[in-house]
Amino acid sequence: MKLSGSEIIIQFLQDEGVEYLFGYPGGAVLHIYDELYKQNKIKHILVRHEQGATHAADGYARATGKPGVVLVTSGPGATNAVTGIATAYMDSIPMVIITGQVATQYIGSDAFQEVDSVGITRPCVKHNFLVKRLEDMAETLKKAFYIATTGRPGPVVVDIPKDVTAPNIKIDYQYPDQVFMRSYNPTVKGHPKQAKRAVDLILSAKRPMIYTGGGVILSHAEQELIEFTQHLGYPITNTLMGLGSYPGSDKQFLGMLGMHGTYEANMAMHECDVLIAIGARFDDRVTGDTEKFCPHAQIIHIDIDPSSISKNIRVDVPIVGDVKTVLSGFNEELKSRKEKPDQKALAKWWDQIGKWKAEDCLQYDRNSSLIKPQLVIEKLYEVTGGDAFVTSDVGQHQMFAAQFYKFNKTRRWINSGGLGTMGFGLPAAMGVQLAFPNEKVACVTGEASIQMCIQELSTCMQYELPIKIVTLNNRYMGMVRQWQEFIYESRYSHSYMEALPDFVKLAESYGHIGIQIDKPSDVEDALKEAFDKYKNRLVFLNFITDQSENVYPMIMTGQGHHEMYLSSASRGLA
Amino acid sequence: MRHIISILLENESGALSRVAGLFTARGYNIESLTVAPTEDATLSRITLVTSGSEEVIEQIKKQLNKLVDVVKLVDLTEGEHIEREMMMIKVRTNGKDREEVRRLADIFRGRIIDVTDSTYTIELTGNGAKLDAFIKALTAPILETVRSGVAGILRGEKALHT
Repeated sequence: MKLSGSEIIIQFLQDEGVEYLFGYPGGAVLHIYDELYKQNKIKHILVRHEQGATHAADGYARATGKPGVVLVTSGPGATNAVTGIATAYMDSIPMVIITGQVATQYIGSDAFQEVDSVGITRPCVKHNFLVKRLEDMAETLKKAFYIATTGRPGPVVVDIPKDVTAPNIKIDYQYPDQVFMRSYNPTVKGHPKQAKRAVDLILSAKRPMIYTGGGVILSHAEQELIEFTQHLGYPITNTLMGLGSYPGSDKQFLGMLGMHGTYEANMAMHECDVLIAIGARFDDRVTGDTEKFCPHAQIIHIDIDPSSISKNIRVDVPIVGDVKTVLSGFNEELKSRKEKPDQKALAKWWDQIGKWKAEDCLQYDRNSSLIKPQLVIEKLYEVTGGDAFVTSDVGQHQMFAAQFYKFNKTRRWINSGGLGTMGFGLPAAMGVQLAFPNEKVACVTGEASIQMCIQELSTCMQYELPIKIVTLNNRYMGMVRQWQEFIYESRYSHSYMEALPDFVKLAESYGHIGIQIDKPSDVEDALKEAFDKYKNRLVFLNFITDQSENVYPMIMTGQGHHEMYLSSASRGLA
Repeated sequence: MRHIISILLENESGALSRVAGLFTARGYNIESLTVAPTEDATLSRITLVTSGSEEVIEQIKKQLNKLVDVVKLVDLTEGEHIEREMMMIKVRTNGKDREEVRRLADIFRGRIIDVTDSTYTIELTGNGAKLDAFIKALTAPILETVRSGVAGILRGEKALHT
């Protein structure tokens, strides 16, 4: 079959099983868009800004486990996509981003819409390619998908000059079923000796703690994790990226850990004697001060990326391998062992954890006359039966959602954990809703974050995406304001949100439903209305919340897990 | 501590910038960097001199290995190895200096590779300390020096190959 470069791209994406292509046309990709026009297998989603395309593809990837695919033009198309690429990179999300490039003969001449896309994206991709020859097109695309989806996943950029996509030059095309790369062979199986050592240590624990991250989800190891945790009867905590990989309402689950984690999770981290870290990377928001991190614990760490091991925290038993493979090995090993965990010590440990839990660290004023942001999330959880897909932006609302929405199912909590990208929530929700048209999708956001990609309301109108936007509107960049209150003596430097649009009218102008909610007593009804009455419509819920609410617990910079503030009272203020 | 890391790299455009970019992005030191193709045209070999604590060096090696274009690497300083650097140095030689520079080049087993009425250009190979010592011993004015950076190889049977 003789095909042009553009035909190869489209044919390849079809052969690869790509369902959605998130993109925006422009000069350098017009040949490709012309081919796209001639087919109907791949659905192209026209976003309103390239950042939206990358976040939408990212949301799609997080919800489905399949790679998200993006097509943007050269120059500004590529640079606009960079924030989304970096977001995916930090959270290890499989994506392939095809960027147009000026024709090969113009590269380096400062041509119109020319930018060194390979150079600009290099620090925030798993790998990138420039396809200079038509003969390399199919194999390069296959390599891109292979690299993006294997090992520790990540985004891969394929930069394609316009002349390589020209319709009049054709070559033989065959779908490359597989590729071999001598320089890229991710380790999957853990070292058997290390696994035995780990299991010995796990069984010897008196005060064990399981700490798991996004790696469990990326590896599809949720079942193995549940089996492992429940077989042992040990307490478990998830990172922000790991929420949902273990049922959030299970009695062994202590909630999220870290800067805004629960008291019980953080205290158990501090006091444990064996820490089992699985697919988590000891991020600074999780560890607090590394000098004070888990002072009594021997640490086991399972991760597919060798460079994650002993990067921030020195570990005792490192195991490089795929979490699913390693955990199922652990489960078999545990079943074959006669020795059981020390039940007496474990009972004592749970007893201690029960005391920490009794602190009820997530309490808030339920009698307030103002809408508390926590209340909105609790009601969202109730109204959606706990199984909505929840995307979020970045800030206080993100932490409230992580704390108060108990994710019982995996891949339902979709947020920018590593890069912390405001503007992520709405486009990510589009990717999720496209992948699951009949599921409930909520975007929890703030009035600051939502404005960073608000243009995507137009995309939602075009594709009739019935996302529910849950805006916790406190007229501040809440998390910035909180830090300024705590650290800068309440000098609220440029963290206010004045001159806000009328979000209800704004939503309506895009053909959506807008609802403003001012009273706590209206919160539940508004959510019900959105999810029931307006099931098939996008609803922009503008909750006017308490401006002064802060996220607790909080570990300040330089503090350890045991040095949390639980409330303004524990900061010595109330 | 100083480490010499030898890397076999896919000979692709942009591969070198991935290595160099990694060092700037993560704040690692590069003391010197030598790159050239190998007998296998698809591979380049980099010899990279860096320094840092054991933890940092471990991270550097892991991060390098993670780069898709890196085929293999070895830390030469972990075992017996040989390292060499090549220098070309142009010096002003007038009158009595001329004989002195020649003698000094001989002592250091250097070779004079270009001559004018008033200059010598000397080629010298050795480890960095030897080259430094030569520069220090020179009394004639130096017009220009160029050094290759370190190239290194393992001693004995062991070899870095695919």
